[in-house]
Formats: sequence, structure tokens, C-alpha cells
Amino acid sequence: MIKSELIEKLAAQNPHLLQKDIENIVNTILDEMSNALAEGRRIELRGFGAFSVKNRSARIGRNPRTGEKVSVSEKYIPQFKAGKEIRERLNK
Amino acid sequence: MAKKTVTRADLSEAVYQNVGLSRTESAELVDRMFELMSEALEKENIVKLSSFGSFHVRKKNERIGRNPKTGVEVPISPRKVLVFKPSNILKDKINKSMLGR
Repeated sequence: MIKSELIEKLAAQNPHLLQKDIENIVNTILDEMSNALAEGRRIELRGFGAFSVKNRSARIGRNPRTGEKVSVSEKYIPQFKAGKEIRERLNK
Repeated sequence: MAKKTVTRADLSEAVYQNVGLSRTESAELVDRMFELMSEALEKENIVKLSSFGSFHVRKKNERIGRNPKTGVEVPISPRKVLVFKPSNILKDKINKSMLGR
């Protein structure tokens, strides 16, 4: 499923709302989530999962092909841990 | 640096502020969106949200694990796990903001 299909499904369940409002809703939710992560905040969505931002220190990496040393600078990565409910749903 | 954790309540508040639905309906729509995503993951194993990232269901085969405390070997049953792959846009946005560059 891609975003446009999610919007279509949500629109089908809410016939009293305009497609444009549904798009606005989905984008608002995703923007709120990415803005929170950009501030280093954690997101907890009970049943679905939790997002957090992890720091990765600078390190000396290697080009696996040539063996050459390259410096990798410090970075932050978003991390997701699936919630209990969804893990159980996927495994039933 | 204790920053407040974002929950469903915060997401529905944002919908309420931005879209102008009632608080009840905003909360309902947030729940419906994550429910539709969960259903899609159960059925088709993938949800792609452009500019945010994608969720994939991975199948894990059975393997032998070990209780780290007792050293006893136990079989770990085959299972499905949910992984999130952030988009480059999201990664760049986080790094720009956290590292100020």
C-alpha cells in the first residue's frame, strides 16, 4: 500500500469528508511525526510501535571494495520498534 | 534533555488544529489511519509513505537461540517482524535539525 492508496481507503471510510481533507489529515499526521523526530523526540503509538532517534558517533569506516579508510561523520538515525499488538497480528 | 514523547493524542490535536474537524473525529481518523496501515501490513506486507519512509514485514526462519543467563539452547520459532526504513528525506531532515547543518 502506498500513501495515495491509504488516502483512498480512508476517504472510502469517511464519505462525508472531501478527498482533499483526507490528504491534509494524512500529511498533517506524517509531518507532525517527522517534525517530532527532527527535534529528537520519541513517538509512541500504542499497538503500532514506537519511533526514536539514535545518535551514531563519527567513526572510521572502510570502503569494502578497496579497503580504503574513510571517515564517517556523526549522524542521527530514526529507529522503529514494532508494538506488541502488531507483532501478534502479524504472527497469528 | 527530557523532551515530551509524542502520542496519538498529540497527532489528533494537530489534525484538530490543522483540518478543523472535531476533537473526537480527529482522534478517530488518527486511529483509522494506523489501523489501515496495520491491515495493509497483514495483507500485503508493505506500506510505503513517500517522503516519510516504508514499513516492511520480514519473515524470519527458525533458528537456535541461547538463554544468555543459563547457556541453554532453545529453538526460536519462525516469525514475522516489522521493520521501518526511513526515507532519505526524513533522514536528512533529522540530521539537518539535530546537527544544525
